[in-house]
Amino acid sequence: MAKGKVTFEDIDTTVNVPAGTRLIEVSEKVGAGIIYGCREGDCGTCMMHVVEGWNNLSEPSVLEQKVLKENMAGRHDRLACQAQVIGDCVVKPT
Amino acid sequence: MAEPPAALNSGHAIEFAPGVHWIGALDPTLRTFDIILKTANGTSYNAYLIRGSEGVAIVDTVKASFSEDFFARLESVASYDEVKVIVLNHLEPDHSGALPELMRRAPNAKLYISTRATSMLKALLKPDGERFDYTTVGTGDTVSLGDRTLRFLHTPFLHWPDTQCTYLEEQGVLFSGDVFGCHYCDARLFNDKVGDFRFSFDYYYAHIMRPFKQWVLEALAIIEPLKLNMIAPTHGPILRDRPRRYVAHYRELSSSSLAGRISDDERSLIIFYMSSYGNTARMAEAIATGAEQVEGVRVSLYDLEGGEVEPFVDLIEEADALLFGSPTINGDAVKPVWDLLSSLAVLNLVGKLGGAFGSYGWSGEAVRMIEDRMRGLKMRVPLKGVRVKLIPSDEELAVCDTFGREFALELTGQRAGGKVVDMADLA
Repeated sequence: MAKGKVTFEDIDTTVNVPAGTRLIEVSEKVGAGIIYGCREGDCGTCMMHVVEGWNNLSEPSVLEQKVLKENMAGRHDRLACQAQVIGDCVVKPT
Repeated sequence: MAEPPAALNSGHAIEFAPGVHWIGALDPTLRTFDIILKTANGTSYNAYLIRGSEGVAIVDTVKASFSEDFFARLESVASYDEVKVIVLNHLEPDHSGALPELMRRAPNAKLYISTRATSMLKALLKPDGERFDYTTVGTGDTVSLGDRTLRFLHTPFLHWPDTQCTYLEEQGVLFSGDVFGCHYCDARLFNDKVGDFRFSFDYYYAHIMRPFKQWVLEALAIIEPLKLNMIAPTHGPILRDRPRRYVAHYRELSSSSLAGRISDDERSLIIFYMSSYGNTARMAEAIATGAEQVEGVRVSLYDLEGGEVEPFVDLIEEADALLFGSPTINGDAVKPVWDLLSSLAVLNLVGKLGGAFGSYGWSGEAVRMIEDRMRGLKMRVPLKGVRVKLIPSDEELAVCDTFGREFALELTGQRAGGKVVDMADLA
């Protein structure tokens, strides 16, 4: 099975995960500092910054892009409850 | 109470600065606002009308059931076709209730809301299936009424993501939304005329603004440089006498009271516990001993049995990390723990470190339940909590000591990092 390494920069921890895993599933279990609100891509609370491996996360949907815009997301910010891991990446809370 | 001005009874607008009118509504019989707030003499829904040489602006509306008062006051000083600008500083229903009808009546008006208000506007208009055009604005954007200019200030999270303030430049009037507001109903309208509303002002801050202190400070940074002749909030008295006093009070209420009592490079860790037979208490003491070995951590240890909820809430607000110890009784953490953990909605706990521990008889669910609650409160739970079956042995107390030390190292950023784990190994 394809795997990806997700590094949470704030807690200096890397997790090996199966490809397709949503960031939210990993970050909560490992105790990283990304926080969550609605968990369904609507509120923008779980916005995180992708430090490396932007292309190793699933493409943001039109709806996610809209929520990111409304919440004044910076370049390379994503919603952790929507982004799925497809390769190695490094993330941190915004 | 003195008789209200005649204009209030007759549904007239009240002009309180040249061309600036109060067109709100009074709700003196309300005793509970939004489930959470007591209102000992009701509240007011303040809305404002500004007349410029090239049109009229309305800033905020009222709760839907008070629309009649609002429209009567509006009509007493302007006609609907004169209304060019409608500003909503905050979309909560007590301020947006009359908006759909106002938009219908004022066909020439353009609606201005903050960037973050769009999804809320759509959700509020959902029942009627209506859509209105709107313009989103942020700090620095202005709208001209000819000889009057409205300048927008982006002040999010006071107390919703959408909130903003609007500043009438030529007259130094700040339409502040819920900021500087209070639930206080007094027909005399102005802070130099109404009764003693200090309690209502502080109570409102404590329940509405307190969770957003950091955002309050950011807002104050852009409000304080303004020339302020008056502050016109959406609830309670219009602050025309020494308005800066209220700005200074907000700064005081939003500043840390712990700062200066412990040094800037120290982190505060509070350990709360309850214990039936002394077992969880012994664990708490061992964890405290372990944490104290780490330099830069100030540990406080409290038995929940010996305190009230309110002062503990105040302590939690300024703590950097919290540990809760609870025995498990009938598959649950004990009530005093939940009482405290359910009283924290007035605080911002985001990013504080949390953890749990406890002794149990046979199943020991309490620790995991407390950890889940802390995650739900947006705290970070970096370590799996310690559970001990009944009486802790010396070895188990040593585990508690290590847990305390590791937790304190995490708190001070000294815990060994660079860890690599497999998803399947995470609990």
